[in-house]
Amino acid sequence: MLLIPCPYCGERDETEFSYGGEAHIERPKEPDKLSDAEWADYVFMRPNSKGVLLERWVHSHGCRRWFNVARDTLTYKIHAVYKMGEKRPRVPKTDYV
Amino acid sequence: MAQTFRLPEGGQIDRAQSLGFSFDGGRYRGYGGDSLASALLANGIHFVGRSFKYHRPRGIFAAGFEEPNALVQLGEDPRTDPNQLATLVELVEGLAARSQNRWPSLDYDIGALNNLASRAFPSGFYYKTFMWPATMWMKYEHFIRHAAGMGQSPRERDPDRYDKTQAHCDVLVVGAGPAGLAAALAAARSGARVVLAEQDHLLGGALLGEAEATIGGAPALDWARAAEAELRSLPEVRVLGRTTVYGYFDHNFLTLIEKVTDHLNRKPEHLPRHRLWKLRAKQVVLATGSIERPLVFRDNDRPGIMLAGACRTYVNRYAVKPGTTAVVFTNNDSAYGAALDMQAAGIEIAAIVDLRREVIGPMSEAAEAAGLPILADHAIVATEGGRRIKRVRAAPMDPSGGQVYVSGEPIDCDLLAVSGGWSPTLHLHSQAKGEIAWNEELGCFVPGEARQAAHSAGACNAAFGLASCLAEGATAGQKAAAAAGFKAKGRKKAAPKAADHGFLPARWLWLVPSDTPLGHGGKHFHELQNDVTAADLQLALREGYRSIEHVKRYTTTGMGTDQGKTSNVNAIGIVAEATGRAVPEVGVTTFRPPFTPVTFGVFAGRDVDELLDPVRRTPMHGWHQQAGALFEDVGQWRRAWYYPRAGEDMHAAVTREVREVRRSLGIMDASTLGKIDIQGSDASELLNRIYTNAWKKLEVGRCRYGLMLGEDGMVMDDGVTARLGENHYLMTTTTGNAAPVLAHLEEYIQTEWPEFDVYCTSVTEQFATISIAGPNARRLLAELTSDIELSPNDFPHMAVRDGTVAGVPARVFRVSFTGEAAYEINVPSSFGLAVWQATMTAGEKYGITPYGTEAMHVLRAEKGFIIVGQETDGSINPIDLGMDWIVSKKKDFVGKRSLTRSDMAKPDRKQLVGILTDDPAVVLPEGAHLVERVEPQPPMAMLGHVSSSYYSPNVGRSIALALVKGGLAKKGQKLTAPLLDGRKIGCTVVDPVFFDPEGDRLRG
Amino acid sequence: MTARYSIFSLLRNALSYHENWPAAWRSPEPKASYDVVIVGGGGHGLATAYYLAKEHKITNVAVLERGWLGGGNTGRNTTIVRSNYLWDESAALYEHALKLWETMSQELNYNVMFSQRGVLNLAHNQHDLRELSRRVNANRLNDVDSELLDARQVKEFCPIIDLRANGRYPVLGATLQRRGGTARHDAVAWGYARAADALGVDIIQECPVTGFRISNGRIQAVETGKGAIEAKKVALCVAGHTSVLAELAGFRLPIHSVPLQALVSEPVKPVIDCVVMSNAIHAYVSQSDKGELVIGAGTDKFIGYGQRGSLPVTEETLGAVCELFPMFRRMRMMRQWGGTVDTCPDASPIVSKTPVEGLYVNGGWGTGGFKSTPGSGWVYAHTIAEDRPHPLNEAFDMNRFVTGYLIDEHGAAAVAH
Repeated sequence: MLLIPCPYCGERDETEFSYGGEAHIERPKEPDKLSDAEWADYVFMRPNSKGVLLERWVHSHGCRRWFNVARDTLTYKIHAVYKMGEKRPRVPKTDYV
Repeated sequence: MAQTFRLPEGGQIDRAQSLGFSFDGGRYRGYGGDSLASALLANGIHFVGRSFKYHRPRGIFAAGFEEPNALVQLGEDPRTDPNQLATLVELVEGLAARSQNRWPSLDYDIGALNNLASRAFPSGFYYKTFMWPATMWMKYEHFIRHAAGMGQSPRERDPDRYDKTQAHCDVLVVGAGPAGLAAALAAARSGARVVLAEQDHLLGGALLGEAEATIGGAPALDWARAAEAELRSLPEVRVLGRTTVYGYFDHNFLTLIEKVTDHLNRKPEHLPRHRLWKLRAKQVVLATGSIERPLVFRDNDRPGIMLAGACRTYVNRYAVKPGTTAVVFTNNDSAYGAALDMQAAGIEIAAIVDLRREVIGPMSEAAEAAGLPILADHAIVATEGGRRIKRVRAAPMDPSGGQVYVSGEPIDCDLLAVSGGWSPTLHLHSQAKGEIAWNEELGCFVPGEARQAAHSAGACNAAFGLASCLAEGATAGQKAAAAAGFKAKGRKKAAPKAADHGFLPARWLWLVPSDTPLGHGGKHFHELQNDVTAADLQLALREGYRSIEHVKRYTTTGMGTDQGKTSNVNAIGIVAEATGRAVPEVGVTTFRPPFTPVTFGVFAGRDVDELLDPVRRTPMHGWHQQAGALFEDVGQWRRAWYYPRAGEDMHAAVTREVREVRRSLGIMDASTLGKIDIQGSDASELLNRIYTNAWKKLEVGRCRYGLMLGEDGMVMDDGVTARLGENHYLMTTTTGNAAPVLAHLEEYIQTEWPEFDVYCTSVTEQFATISIAGPNARRLLAELTSDIELSPNDFPHMAVRDGTVAGVPARVFRVSFTGEAAYEINVPSSFGLAVWQATMTAGEKYGITPYGTEAMHVLRAEKGFIIVGQETDGSINPIDLGMDWIVSKKKDFVGKRSLTRSDMAKPDRKQLVGILTDDPAVVLPEGAHLVERVEPQPPMAMLGHVSSSYYSPNVGRSIALALVKGGLAKKGQKLTAPLLDGRKIGCTVVDPVFFDPEGDRLRG
Repeated sequence: MTARYSIFSLLRNALSYHENWPAAWRSPEPKASYDVVIVGGGGHGLATAYYLAKEHKITNVAVLERGWLGGGNTGRNTTIVRSNYLWDESAALYEHALKLWETMSQELNYNVMFSQRGVLNLAHNQHDLRELSRRVNANRLNDVDSELLDARQVKEFCPIIDLRANGRYPVLGATLQRRGGTARHDAVAWGYARAADALGVDIIQECPVTGFRISNGRIQAVETGKGAIEAKKVALCVAGHTSVLAELAGFRLPIHSVPLQALVSEPVKPVIDCVVMSNAIHAYVSQSDKGELVIGAGTDKFIGYGQRGSLPVTEETLGAVCELFPMFRRMRMMRQWGGTVDTCPDASPIVSKTPVEGLYVNGGWGTGGFKSTPGSGWVYAHTIAEDRPHPLNEAFDMNRFVTGYLIDEHGAAAVAH
């Protein structure tokens, strides 16, 4: 059970949150101008990183706010949380294969 | 037989409390404070079970949670528990235990034939046989399954209750032996919130089994009792006995199982049987002690062969003599303590057989001084005795160490106490991903760096002496408290004085040689419960299963209920030796939760039966019940399905309801529809981007139907949204999708369009929704309201008005899912029932008919209206539904781009059509598939499936909706539905609107 | 030389105290180059190697495994085998696999204990009933055995189930695939390894792949912990790591890797003789030949390579099991563990060529990996040998996410991803 520090409410159990996948994937401004492949890239293709991943969570059973988390997907260690629109934090490099 | 083996005095037992119990029908007595195992031993019973594979007689082997053999079945259905460790079961009056895995009885077990033929059944034999003939496997398997298994599952519903609770603390201390008590004291004295969890019902750990230990010059147990008293007196300390920390999960989250009433004779009604603690600890001190290992020698599994430490515990803690004449077999110094204590208890020590070349070490020297007969550099090479050991043979070791060349001297005994060294209990440390290292001198794995906020102290940290345990515990407690923000108060207390000897020196010999080659007669068991021998390990290695995980899986070593607590290190040692590798190269198998088995019931806790998942009911639910409605589950909601009258079946009831709506008037509870209030200056823009159609020009007071897609272009939800004001909308969603749609909106607002000024609020439960539909709907509403103009011009279809209905403030939508003129009356939930009743009363003259979800489905299907989740399944886009009219070409919206991908516009996609059977009386089953050509045998190419199908009294025949490949171009074409029962139903593809295609009624 | 396994060889070897059994497979050092290098020594990779050698006579093949054979999801799953998938494409692929399961023990001369004890999928509401009816109808016309049972028939087939007519999740009906069942998961990896090895395939354990050599868009070699190994073709078969290796090869996949957990109870005498699955309340239960109740749980919701599960999922699953089988509330969990499953957005796998010539990918099986093992290996071997997919896996091309030809099997997968 992860302990996730919601930037608005503080530390709460994982069960209060929903997951939103990788962060910083912006919806294309003009989807019509994209090729099918580029659109598929936006909708489906992800690095699915093993290591520190910048990802989105929402405190769905709390403040209902979305925010970003820098979490290691192997150790599950949370390195940082930051609000939507805030700058990406510095995170340690991981090199798992 | 009256406790012949009970010592006249001593022990942590309550002799005033004499308890009767039974084992395999025999009646015995024990004392309060006994475990089932100690009570059995007090009555001279060692032989308590049969082994898993060979059904060999097995006895009590240990005194705690590491017990591999003494598994019993407790109680009778419905309160029966298989595979209970006799060593952990606290004796209560009337306890009834049975042996397991034998038939017809423990003494005469047909399965014991396996033992005679055991030579043909080495590890993995089943992979090599039972393959011919292929069809026979299910028969072979039947016998294999019945031979395997251990106890019996309960067969009746468990009447007991379980509970869960949450807790937080600064420092969790696991284990209340000397290290744990010292840690808890140190942490607690700093003011930290401490939880001390101990699986035993007494605190003291290893001290409970020792007679001679002293702390600060007094008996060690006195110190433990004082420590306990101090801890219990501190307000920030919680001491949890009978509580096992079974799991150590991420982010310092630990799970504890507390046995609340198992030990009580009378179990109070208000208490649960077991309780699951979900504990988040800032810091954890692991003081989980160590587990004694047996030695792996020939025929080392007979009843009466026990761990030396366990013998000591039975003598000292339970005042029980586990035998009359004992032989001790050891490779280290600790067993001498056991020998001395046994001698003091009146057990004759026939010999101490020591693998070590020389007998040095404080305990062995004391034993030597006490005159105990010691055979150094000797091995036990054979044992005898069927249901109880009666003789061993001890032979001198060859100087090479690896062999024995003589058959040795027989020594009579009825007890063989064995010690092969001690292994720190690393389970929790390892579960928390802590590193593990091999200590060559101590011959055991020790904890390395912790990966979470955990500190190992005492024997689980390979500090085997009492003084070290106390010192390490105190230090760990202080460090943990300091890390949690609590500085030690006052002067540091010096650790109390105690002696500090461990079990060294030792001689590590993973496999004790015998005078016959390994596997040639006799069995060197290293894993008792699953009957795995050293020869099995070597066979696995020989066959190429070299990874320790392969060895484990091929031989099943360590996979029993004890999860290899006494056997894993020996297995690794034997594998290392056999493959010429160092132990660390072999590595350990993963430690997985739970530490000891945990009852399923606690995971459900109170969330059972009706409470498994919340049931959502509308404000009018009670009325529906009184009206005799049957209900269906839709998501968490329970909705009225249909209202049968006396003598009506479902078909009759639904037909009547459907007819009445079209004839005169129907009323339905639509409160479960999701309702989202959307406000803000960007509300229109939000809808524009979320829905496939345009929203900006919708007038205030009007409603519009909308279709919502996922970014993959597939239909996600639909519903009517009303514009209540310039910047104010009320969106409705399908019943099941209320929460996902709100989450969808919020995700886009917060992450893609944060500049939006818009706020979404769920108001689903704030409003009760009463839908009235039918030719008399307007007339009825007119009687209930005086402030809403109802003429079609003033209040047209797809409009919304605020006003008063039945004296209650209401918001009325003129929308229709039935094709009739219809109004959805929304009132505050608390008025829902009153307005419903008023509507029913006023509607009596029109024969108002309550209708349920089934009639609603028929009515909407007559009109060809889809239901999301029935006509759609995540693979259907708006064009497939023939709804391109609602898809804007001009603006962008979520999912739009996906609609123009190459496979999305193909003409042979599945498209929504109507289906009419050739025989109008035949109603196709939903889920039936349609084919163009019927083949005599499957497979046959399918065109699609029937998504909705009903008998329609208004159309006067059966109707169906289907999703058919290229369906839009197949109108008029004949298809066939081959049914599961063999019928082949001819039908025709038609337009999906069956009733009032012009929509006159709806606008009337 | 491989010894043939039989009751006779077992008895013969008993005479010599089982001291003369040969190794089930060799442990060779890798050669400098191979025709095909398969990355991943789980069931799928080993089956692929076997079928490459047997069906396509390509024997200059190496299987590289970074740990021990079958140590990934092959050794962590709940061993359920069935083929009653909804869509034609999936049903065809899984049914092909099921047919191979039915002869696997004899074909490999290794008893994988494939036990066709029947798989029930329960319906708890009208919606479930409709969906299951659709599935059974589709299965039957696809020639996949499948039956629709009402509540009474469910009780007959699995008497210990609690129908709970008035409970929170009453059992209203079920589908039954009688040919479905369970198998011994480790044995599948070992059986394929032994059979592939006998045909000349090199199985190399403890050999992690750390990179790819690609030039002019074509695979040249794999970098490994034992040095570079040249290969004409390289086939990825690394469930739980597909994205990581794809990234090394320079392309991305529509895969999320999430933790999936399972648990077993203590062993008891036979008490449940079939497999029971409930999609709605996320539980699947069967009993191993050893007597343990084998229980599959749901996935955690986040990306996780940690191969461990968390408590909330256990609570949900065991809550569901206690509801379906209130008599099991007193049973005890003996061991729980987690694997990492690669899930695709449409809950269907990818068996496909990749943007790199000569590099193939097989992954994204979600919870369907074990049951597909022989079929997956069979079509993958064909795809590699012919450099084009077999008709059975044509639809499972990774390009479907570009064109939109998704095969949405969320309804058929045991758990919602």
